[in-house]
Amino acid sequence: MEMLSAVLVKKGLITSFLLVGVITAFSYWLSNKLSRGVIHGSAVAIALGLLLAYFGGVYSGGNKGLADISIFSGVAFMGGAMLRDFAIVATAFGADTRALKQAGWAGALSVVIGVVLSFVVGALVAVAFGYSDAVSITTIGAGAATYIVGPVTGTALGASSEVIALSVGAGLVKSVLVMIGTPLVAKAIGLNNPYSAMVYGGLMGTTSGVAGGLAATDPKLVPYGAMTATFYTGIGCLLAPSILFFIVRSIV
Amino acid sequence: MVIYGVSLLAFCLLAGSFVGDLIGQLLGIEANVGGVGIAMLLLLYFTSQTSGRWQLSATSQSGIQFWSAMYIPIVVAMAAKQNVVGAIESGWLALVAGVLAVAVSFALIPLFSRVARRGAQLEGEQ
Repeated sequence: MEMLSAVLVKKGLITSFLLVGVITAFSYWLSNKLSRGVIHGSAVAIALGLLLAYFGGVYSGGNKGLADISIFSGVAFMGGAMLRDFAIVATAFGADTRALKQAGWAGALSVVIGVVLSFVVGALVAVAFGYSDAVSITTIGAGAATYIVGPVTGTALGASSEVIALSVGAGLVKSVLVMIGTPLVAKAIGLNNPYSAMVYGGLMGTTSGVAGGLAATDPKLVPYGAMTATFYTGIGCLLAPSILFFIVRSIV
Repeated sequence: MVIYGVSLLAFCLLAGSFVGDLIGQLLGIEANVGGVGIAMLLLLYFTSQTSGRWQLSATSQSGIQFWSAMYIPIVVAMAAKQNVVGAIESGWLALVAGVLAVAVSFALIPLFSRVARRGAQLEGEQ
């Protein structure tokens, strides 16, 4: 048994290939059995991944979900930013460049609007919960954009570590919710063509959320959503600690 | 050769990430701006060259297609390494802020999609 787990740990990435294959097979079986394929197999697989991440986190007390359990540590590499970005770029192969060009300006606009929108919502919630200083309000607002924009902004403005932790928390909630929620609301919000996928990527912005949400909805839409989402965190890190902070400071 | 496709993909991601970092630095922020998007545009540019010696053979293309097909499994692994406990235990403020931000953004997608589509149609007519 010890020898087996030593092999699984030593060949971590390979173990994660096997694990994800098993999760996927089980998810497609579940999807067919319970919903007759109405809920897509990949949506079930992503939800199951999140569930495993929850149990992994509870079991290990770490912050990398299942990957904090040593025999599943390869999951961190397989699901890390490097391979994720590599695969996202690969999905662009065969994408419709005409749609990208035509909806380009709307996509760009949706990124700016998306950052400001999430920021305003986060900032208002911070105020509702009793925060009254511009730095904390801005940091929490930035966290509602993504869990990277939050700490980058908080660090730049000198926010307290509790407020930075809150901003990361808000961003995590957003990313998990986008992954689970997208396939459920896709039909209602008309997420079925390249144009709405670009707007979706720009408004949501969280790279992991958009990547998961579109994978669970329709993998063909991935390049369009990812294209705009990739600008979101950068624009957020640009706007939040500068213009948006000045605006908040002038109001409070 | 399969490696040509994989190698081209690698070049696009590296070049895109580098340019993204460069844009970030020019703007004075410690973040990558659009690296993955630039990489995708590069890949589209190279793979759309249908004539001359740049054209990828079917085998070379399969190197890109493999990674494209690995996208969903990688996303499943990504889901399994998320800090879900952190998201759930982050308290009411984080929960409310996150949920409302998502709800408001979802709600606005139909409106902006219509604008995007109309703009695309106008451009198509010109």
